[in-house]
Amino acid sequence: MSIYKSLCEIGERIIANKDFLTELDREIGDADHGVNMARGFQAVLEKITPDEKDIGAVLKKAGMTLLSKVGGASGPLYGTAYMEAGKILAGKEDLTPEDLKAALEAAIAGIQKRGKAVRGEKTMLDALIPAYETYCENINSGMINALDLACKSAHEGLEYTKTIIATKGRASYLGERSIGHQDPGAASMTLTLEAILDALKQEN
Amino acid sequence: MVGIVIVSHSWKIAEGVCDLAREMSNGNSGIIPAGGLDDGSIGTDSMKIAEAIKNADQGEGVVIIADIGSAIMSAETAIELLEDEGSSIHAEIADAPIVEGAVCAAVEAAGGGNLDSVLTSAEESKDASKL
Repeated sequence: MSIYKSLCEIGERIIANKDFLTELDREIGDADHGVNMARGFQAVLEKITPDEKDIGAVLKKAGMTLLSKVGGASGPLYGTAYMEAGKILAGKEDLTPEDLKAALEAAIAGIQKRGKAVRGEKTMLDALIPAYETYCENINSGMINALDLACKSAHEGLEYTKTIIATKGRASYLGERSIGHQDPGAASMTLTLEAILDALKQEN
Repeated sequence: MVGIVIVSHSWKIAEGVCDLAREMSNGNSGIIPAGGLDDGSIGTDSMKIAEAIKNADQGEGVVIIADIGSAIMSAETAIELLEDEGSSIHAEIADAPIVEGAVCAAVEAAGGGNLDSVLTSAEESKDASKL
């Protein structure tokens, strides 16, 4: 898989959904998620080139850029996720289904460490963890098929965030009033997974 | 002397708090701001904080005093970035209000306090009553 193509797809999708993500964040947070993520990925798109093949090194570079340019909590959260995935994939130029599993696992661990969050707290983990589990259950059916199903689980997880109370971040100030709204981080995470799937499909 | 890093979403706040803390501590020069993003936007930048920690360190460790929200997460990330680089700088985040904490920490550091006492001075400032 081309890491350049995947990151381009993620970046373009985040930037195209800037207003949508910001609107979700206006409802339960501080209305900056879309703006922050778009600024971060604009910088990532400017830094990566198609000739860089080491997936781990590119992910590390993307992660460090997000740490610097996003500005809000999603900076250290996504930045750590990309850097931890990059550590697992250091030196790799192609991905096996098992590599992608390990990278998703490292990203989850990184986000949990950074955000001190667990599943069910209305965060990006509520999209990512179900997606990871579905991917693992279907890994033998091939990377694209497993990721396709994983994206559906991410979507279900995103919908589930509407039904629960936020206990992390700014949205936690709202308590029960956070119910009925999608979590912006879960939304950007779902977009991320769908972008990786699309990049993979385009290659095959 | 123990170094101090001031992390804020706003570079104006970070610079201003540093100015005030220096003034209140006889010109303590080991106080370094890490505020905002490079383009002037509101936000916190782990890479900038990591650089500030390096600049603040004089061998006796660094106390970080941060404002709200993602500032703490970005400071924690900065400490880990330095560890990953193999840095031996001992940096601690104070659970303290940014202005009062910075002034108390700066005075204690200028008086020769060690990392623990500077950290404690910053953290005790949150219990100080104003009226």
